[in-house]
Amino acid sequence: MDISQYKDVYVFVEQRDGAVQSVGLELLGKARQLADTLNEKVVAILLGKNIADKAQGLIAAGADRVLVVDDDRLKTYLTEPYAEAVSQIIREQSPSIFLLGATVIGRDLAPRVSARIGTGLTADCTQLEIGDKGELLMTRPAFGGNLMATILCKNHRPQMSTVRPGVMQKATADGSRKGEVVNYNIAFDDEKISRVRLVEEVKECKCVADISEAKLIVSGGRGAGTKDGFDKLRALAAEIGAEVGASRAMVDAGVIDHCAQVGQTGKTVRPELYLACGISGAIQHLAGMEESEYIVAINKDKFAPIFSVADLGIVGDMHKIVPLLTERIKSLRK
Amino acid sequence: MNIIVCIKQVPDTTEVKINPQTGTLIREGVPSIMNPDDKGGLEFALQLKDQYGAHVTVITMGLPQADAILREALAMGVDRAILLTDRKLGGADSLATSSSLAGALRTMDYDLIVTGRQAIDGDTAQVGPQIAEHLDIPQVSYLEALEFDGQKTFTLRKQTEDGYQVLQVDAPCLVTVLASAVKPRYMNVRGIVEAYDREVEVWGADRIDVAEDKIGKTGSPTSVMKAFPKSLKPAGETLEVSPEEAVEIIVGKLKERHII
Repeated sequence: MDISQYKDVYVFVEQRDGAVQSVGLELLGKARQLADTLNEKVVAILLGKNIADKAQGLIAAGADRVLVVDDDRLKTYLTEPYAEAVSQIIREQSPSIFLLGATVIGRDLAPRVSARIGTGLTADCTQLEIGDKGELLMTRPAFGGNLMATILCKNHRPQMSTVRPGVMQKATADGSRKGEVVNYNIAFDDEKISRVRLVEEVKECKCVADISEAKLIVSGGRGAGTKDGFDKLRALAAEIGAEVGASRAMVDAGVIDHCAQVGQTGKTVRPELYLACGISGAIQHLAGMEESEYIVAINKDKFAPIFSVADLGIVGDMHKIVPLLTERIKSLRK
Repeated sequence: MNIIVCIKQVPDTTEVKINPQTGTLIREGVPSIMNPDDKGGLEFALQLKDQYGAHVTVITMGLPQADAILREALAMGVDRAILLTDRKLGGADSLATSSSLAGALRTMDYDLIVTGRQAIDGDTAQVGPQIAEHLDIPQVSYLEALEFDGQKTFTLRKQTEDGYQVLQVDAPCLVTVLASAVKPRYMNVRGIVEAYDREVEVWGADRIDVAEDKIGKTGSPTSVMKAFPKSLKPAGETLEVSPEEAVEIIVGKLKERHII
């Protein structure tokens, strides 16, 4: 493989029900930085049905070109049609770097494509930089967040990486940016595609907003205990306009919906305020929230690891403190 | 029905150490377990066996001591256990690992291949879908539930970001399973006793159907340039005060930061 023949930074921009997912815009922001360093272009791949009107927004977010594949087969995400479209584009366009969001979709699609193309893939990167020789340095947490590792993909292209939502920063949308929108044709293999049939799709997320985009988060763990504990957190959240998050233990216990989970196997968040109530701070949880701008932790156990990342730690009972805090803020508003 | 479950022995991620010279992981002395998502996958397979009389094989690629998780799987009720171990397979990244496992699977009969969604030591979630691609069979990842029509069609429930999809797929196919979807059974006492007398087949690289340049370090497009401990930001203040004082302090900080 002559790697000098490969150039440009490609981004898979995920849409669900026609809505471009925030992680796609975050990746375009990062891709812009990488491409500027390399003096190359940013190309967005947008797959779906009736989604061409979203292309301009991707240019404003940093793309120089948007490749749109508009097809019935791509309306809802399924592995094979998406893998075929993306693989064909990569084979024909020879990108140097290819980024995808580490969402349920990205983590299904990216490995399938990497095996089809025969290139390397690095999952869940938290840092992407260009090295001295123009290579992509992909840094990711390893071993449950105990270590960081910088990974290279030396002799294969594209250098593929997934990045979790909330990790990279979007660029400020610039409506005056100029770019090219290309309608791309894909030769689908319908026999292969028909091997998996969609029977039904059910949306059952009870979370109102995507927690990875929340500016303020009030989050509960084992110490919040029950639904009653979470009602206290919800009352406080409502008072300050925050979203409610949770540690894995509370999701597994069925106290709160899975889409509220913060951490390694949940969402990565970096809000202006993360108020952790009754969360001990397992390393997997810290991995999802330690980049928050300001962290307040309330926990009974003064040795809880959450205090090691908190800007302000309170040793105490959230069941007492949270309702008092809610009342105090309420009275301030009057 | 033939089911093959791919499992991995993983170090307990809370006790991992690193060799500062080579940047590689020191696996010696770290407690090892069967990866939780893989154990969930194994339970799915055993439930199908209970219902339909499937033949369940487990395979792992790893060091000789990975024998332990194969014995555990035998004690849980699997029919056959294979340890794929060879120096030539060492140093593999996810792509080379998937090529090696696919090479082994190619030599066997299967209707369903089961893997965990991801392993707790790498969290990549890549090997399952990559195996499916090498074998040119469909994949369904993030599996929460599965039904079989007794003939050849599976109806599967796949977790999505905001709900789930119900999908239908014919055998052969590959699924990746979430540990939270199912509670693995315990090993039974007779199983434990018998597991130590039963055969674990040991396979080397010469036993599998894959090109030499697709395995081990040679077959790995990615390599670790460096590994380093995570730097945590310096801890802030931790106060032991009454709830009333705590409220005043928090309110003060939130005002300072214009949050309220």
